[in-house]
Amino acid sequence: MKLMPCPINGWRPVSEFQYRGEVREMPDPASCTDAEWADYVFNRTGSPGIKREWWCHIPSNTWFIAERDTAADRVLRTWAYGEAAQ
Amino acid sequence: MPLRLLRFAISKVYPEPRMFRRHGELKPSYDAVIIGAGGHGLAAAYYLARDYRMTNVAVLDRSYIGGGNTGRNTAIIRSNYLTPEGVAFYDESVKLWQDLAVDFDLNLFYSARGHFTLAHTDASVRTMRLRAEVNKHFGVESELVSPDEIQAACPEMDLNCGGHTPVLGALYHKPGAIARHDAVAWGYGRGADQRGVEIHQQTEVLGIDVESGKVKGVMTSRGYIFTRKVLSAAAGYTPRLLDMVGLRSPICVHPLQALVTEPMKAWLDPIIVSGSLHIYVSQSARGELVMGASLDPYEVHSTRSTLDFLEGLAMHMLELFPFLSEVKANRQWAGMADMTPDFAPIMGTTPVEGFYVDAGWGTWGFKATPVCGKTMSYTLANDRNHPLITSFNLARFANYELTGEKGAASVGH
Repeated sequence: MKLMPCPINGWRPVSEFQYRGEVREMPDPASCTDAEWADYVFNRTGSPGIKREWWCHIPSNTWFIAERDTAADRVLRTWAYGEAAQ
Repeated sequence: MPLRLLRFAISKVYPEPRMFRRHGELKPSYDAVIIGAGGHGLAAAYYLARDYRMTNVAVLDRSYIGGGNTGRNTAIIRSNYLTPEGVAFYDESVKLWQDLAVDFDLNLFYSARGHFTLAHTDASVRTMRLRAEVNKHFGVESELVSPDEIQAACPEMDLNCGGHTPVLGALYHKPGAIARHDAVAWGYGRGADQRGVEIHQQTEVLGIDVESGKVKGVMTSRGYIFTRKVLSAAAGYTPRLLDMVGLRSPICVHPLQALVTEPMKAWLDPIIVSGSLHIYVSQSARGELVMGASLDPYEVHSTRSTLDFLEGLAMHMLELFPFLSEVKANRQWAGMADMTPDFAPIMGTTPVEGFYVDAGWGTWGFKATPVCGKTMSYTLANDRNHPLITSFNLARFANYELTGEKGAASVGH
């Protein structure tokens, strides 16, 4: 069983978590161009690498950020939004 | 070993038959370079050579022929999609499949079985009815059938699903078929090879040279090649190739796993899919059950298998077929599926002149192999998108013109 550290609940089975995509900066919808907005809405960093992602621990509804190597499928660290990394 | 057989083996009169020529060095330049020697890449090479007389073409693969998703899918062919664009495109593919074996002079074990997509809720019955009507409008054999008809075609199924998700009906698609997937890559590869196309395995693309918005050449692990046209047909490796030419895309790579059981007597004729239970199953000519389920729940760039997948699939499979509880799983594997947000592919020209993509094939690419080869070879030869693929262009995202196929593509293979 693969485990993942939740910033609130500690190590839990990965099946208790939900992946919610990479962390992205939203451009200002009032001032950005249509092309910039489309890029934000649709495009992703598709290549493998160490990425920052949104995850949610479903039983406790804890949203947090994980840094993960998407080639080796290894979680490097996790932290709650607005807090320092564990 | 009998002496006669040994004499045959060392005889020069009967050399070992080979599917493909062996090549030495890469040539310094080609008219076109195709990245990825899977079904899609080799089909494009085949039709380029056969229909457009373009034979100075190299197909490169970092590994071996058909070793990616072509050899990892569950080999199901169907055209009962949801959008008019999708139905027209996949139906053309199903028609091409039917005489491919004659075209290749190679047995593809193409076997039309009939394809049931089960509906367990009122909402999915409504979707099936919509799909049946769209399909019939375009001349695709597809209809909504009752539980009695499903039971008659598959008496072994527990339509009650243990009592908690009873089957209410199904979308029945008579031309639904399975084929031997390796043979498809070999057939296209041999056909292209015989017409002069060079297939270079163990040749990895390290960079694509773009000068003032035009493709100039390709840097490979075995040297530099000059070319004006590059086709990317590399499935899960597509984002890395797009990075090389500075393009962004919505592609996100998730593994898709599958498994086969030990072989058993033939009992399952049709292909059975359940979107609600997230499973599908067919029985191969060898008697193994070929099973699949939904995508892995998060992005991973590797082909590892997981126990979570095996457990989830087995649990749902036993709801439909409780008697399989004693059957052993023989092999489990994964492929890297390049997923798009609208579950439609990304095909055709790109903002980089001379760089073409055939990607975003996620979990639905095998059945489209022939029509992708046809349409991409047209696109490469004429430098304009084939009419069947215009709605699949990369530009659809920037223009907010998506082609929503999720309802028909997600688990239904």
